[in-house]
Amino acid sequence: MNALITRRALLRGGLAVGAGLTVGFPVARGARGAALAQTAGVFAPNQWLRIDRDGVVTIVNSVPEMGQGSLTTTSMIIADELDAILDQVRVEQAPANPALYKNPVTGTQSYGGSRGVRDHLAMWRKAAAAAREMLAQAAADEWGVPVESVETEQGAVVHRPSGRRLLYGQLVDRAQQVPVPQNPTLKSPDKFRYIGKPVKRRDTPEKITGRGIYGTDVQVPGMLVASIERCPVFGGKVKSFDATAATRVKGVKHVVQVSNGIAVVADGFWTALQGRRALRVTWDEGPMAQVSSTMITREYEAAAKQPGQVARNDGDAEKVLAAGGRVHEAVYQVPFLEHACMEPMNATAQVMPDACVVWAPTQNPGGTQATAARLTGLPPEKVTVHTTLLGGGFGRRGEQDFIVDAVETSKAVGAPVKVMWTREDDITHGFYRPATYNLFRATLDASGVPAAWFTRMVGPGILIQKGRAQAGTIDAAAVEAVRNMPYDVPNLRIEWTNKDLGIPLGFWRSVGPSQNGFIIESFIDELAHLAGKDPYEYRRALLGKSPRHKAVLELAATRANWGAPLPTGHTRGIAVAFSYGSYVAHVAEVSVARDGAVRTHRLVAAIDAGLAVNPENVKAQMEGGAVYALTAALYGRITIDRGRVQQSNFHDYPMLRINEMPVVEVHILDSGEAPGGLGEPGVPTVAPAVCNAIYAATGRRIRTLPINRDELKRA
Amino acid sequence: MISLTVNGKLHQVDVPPEMPLLWAIRETLGLTGTKYGCGMALCGACTVHLNGGPVRACVTPMSAVAGKSVTTIEGLSDKGDHPVQRAWTEVDVPQCGYCQPGQIMSAAALLAAKPSPTDADIDDAMSGNICRCGTYQRIRAAIHRAAALKKGGA
Repeated sequence: MNALITRRALLRGGLAVGAGLTVGFPVARGARGAALAQTAGVFAPNQWLRIDRDGVVTIVNSVPEMGQGSLTTTSMIIADELDAILDQVRVEQAPANPALYKNPVTGTQSYGGSRGVRDHLAMWRKAAAAAREMLAQAAADEWGVPVESVETEQGAVVHRPSGRRLLYGQLVDRAQQVPVPQNPTLKSPDKFRYIGKPVKRRDTPEKITGRGIYGTDVQVPGMLVASIERCPVFGGKVKSFDATAATRVKGVKHVVQVSNGIAVVADGFWTALQGRRALRVTWDEGPMAQVSSTMITREYEAAAKQPGQVARNDGDAEKVLAAGGRVHEAVYQVPFLEHACMEPMNATAQVMPDACVVWAPTQNPGGTQATAARLTGLPPEKVTVHTTLLGGGFGRRGEQDFIVDAVETSKAVGAPVKVMWTREDDITHGFYRPATYNLFRATLDASGVPAAWFTRMVGPGILIQKGRAQAGTIDAAAVEAVRNMPYDVPNLRIEWTNKDLGIPLGFWRSVGPSQNGFIIESFIDELAHLAGKDPYEYRRALLGKSPRHKAVLELAATRANWGAPLPTGHTRGIAVAFSYGSYVAHVAEVSVARDGAVRTHRLVAAIDAGLAVNPENVKAQMEGGAVYALTAALYGRITIDRGRVQQSNFHDYPMLRINEMPVVEVHILDSGEAPGGLGEPGVPTVAPAVCNAIYAATGRRIRTLPINRDELKRA
Repeated sequence: MISLTVNGKLHQVDVPPEMPLLWAIRETLGLTGTKYGCGMALCGACTVHLNGGPVRACVTPMSAVAGKSVTTIEGLSDKGDHPVQRAWTEVDVPQCGYCQPGQIMSAAALLAAKPSPTDADIDDAMSGNICRCGTYQRIRAAIHRAAALKKGGA
């Protein structure tokens, strides 16, 4: 009873101090009438772990596994602090239950922003340390010795003076009676067994045998499969539809209207597609049918002629620029981009009168639960969400559209339904990385360093469009990595103009920095060349106030042998940026063929992500970020015509392939700082490093992405 | 009824002859390891072996596989210990993993045809398989490793 009271008090806010266990604990009523916080024979001091009498440790991972390695990293952290044997722990995916599993920093059970480790590390360590101390206390009680005389090691508590030893499983019942410590002592880092060591992914076996279950693989008894015909124009609505021919297709069971279009519900996906082809829909295309890429560009250009909102203003850049010196001007443009997760969007829902179950490859289990509750009218606790493996996330899977599809369709037909998207659905109905237009002006002083720097950015704001930032304010995502650009410039003015023509926007791996890294790191390169300085040394000299930028820049340059001779036709480019808590620099080694084809031979990356929990995974994420970024730099472009996306599949929205893969070397700088993100920070500096190398090779400055090889052709 | 052998087992499936093999494998036979990625043979996520050679199941109609033998990722090895799978584990290849069954089937077919593939051979055989997580560098290393494992009598 005492233990329970302590636990409850703790959970009302005791333990936390910024580190977390402020969340509720599921309290069940036990048979003896007392409130029991846990199942008999299972020691579960908090929602993050439990141990049964057989000694099986189960870790609950709240961060969806989308390839970033959360199943592995979460279990490393908890197993290490618990002193459990990592190879023997089980990991399960947390249910949707924001009260228990919300990210302690964002307050939601939604995952993006490379927040897995950096937002949870302290909380998970504390949760595991509390459990470890309780097990130690249980053993000390058992032996009648002071707790100070026992220690834990690899799934057991030992008392060295007497040589006694009890496995965690043997301590389960007694540990349940121990009060949860308010301030458990964390391991000192030199005692880490797993944290900071390269650990292989634990989900590899299921991913190399086909056993892993992604959203698209979910099978529920009685389940139907649906495909939805959507208006080709953003925001268009169904005016009328004729399902006669569609319902005649053998295997088609229902044709129903849902918010996102007309759902053809069948006994299988291919059958649903046949039904969908036979469907006749008349659309009310709405106002977006007037919007095209050329119009968007024109609007951006016009807006760039007018003052924007001031996002940063150091000194007086306008005055210095107007003083009559030579002003260097450039315009940088980037296109809309789609995420193109390998697994097209999908979700499965079973809506019943008094409950709803959703199986989804989602980055946002909390949002999924809320969406299903809203659509069914059920209270959230009646909505169960099973988060499957995600076949890529990249920000796309935090959205709710595919959840809405499944819940509405299941509700309409009264059966469990899996709604699957085609690749074409996926590319034409995404949430796009914003296209932007960016005007730069700068002037150099006599020594060649920037005396004044002006950037006016024009484009839409993701946060504002989604209602997560107020209209009329500066969208933090839009200006990230520009507003906080690291170079020491005495007169610096950054303006931003919100120009949103209604294209649905989304968070695309590294979001604002994905494009702002390109524009800043290209323009600083222009200034270096204008000053006649080495681009690496030029940056270094301007990073006096940004030592962590400088350190990764130096590491990348050193490891890439910056300045050393290269094979004929090969050149180097460099770039550095901060995003999502981590500092990254890239050196690209590139050659440009006579036909303008760009080949990236080698990318040398340096990253300071603070504490690197799994260095092997740091490397994997940096390799992956490089490919994602190179794809965008070389090929990525979504264009709009009459409100429709013009690309549809991998033939016209190409991806980097293995034959174009550079050698990627990753060097980790251990700064001893708090952990930063990994999934996203590997992206922003790749495109500028490559384009800066292209400039070194050809004298052509790439100011518009994707790289236009026609412009790089030599006669 | 169309009869075909999948992973060594004879099946009679009642599906239209124009239905792509992918959907018969996934939905009729319930073998979900083979993935849908594009439906146009552009990404390789659906790669299976047909009479030993790699094909894209998303564009291979059932009429073309009648009487033939199909191997999916589930049938590549009994215990997930094909040299390619062992190498994939050693090199820690997968990230999200969605494309990996297709990558592995393409790699296994490559090694069956060329026990010591060069980097150029790997480019040729594997450039039809997209990995959006960007595991290409590890795929290349793992194929070389699998070649070595195979030669080692594995």
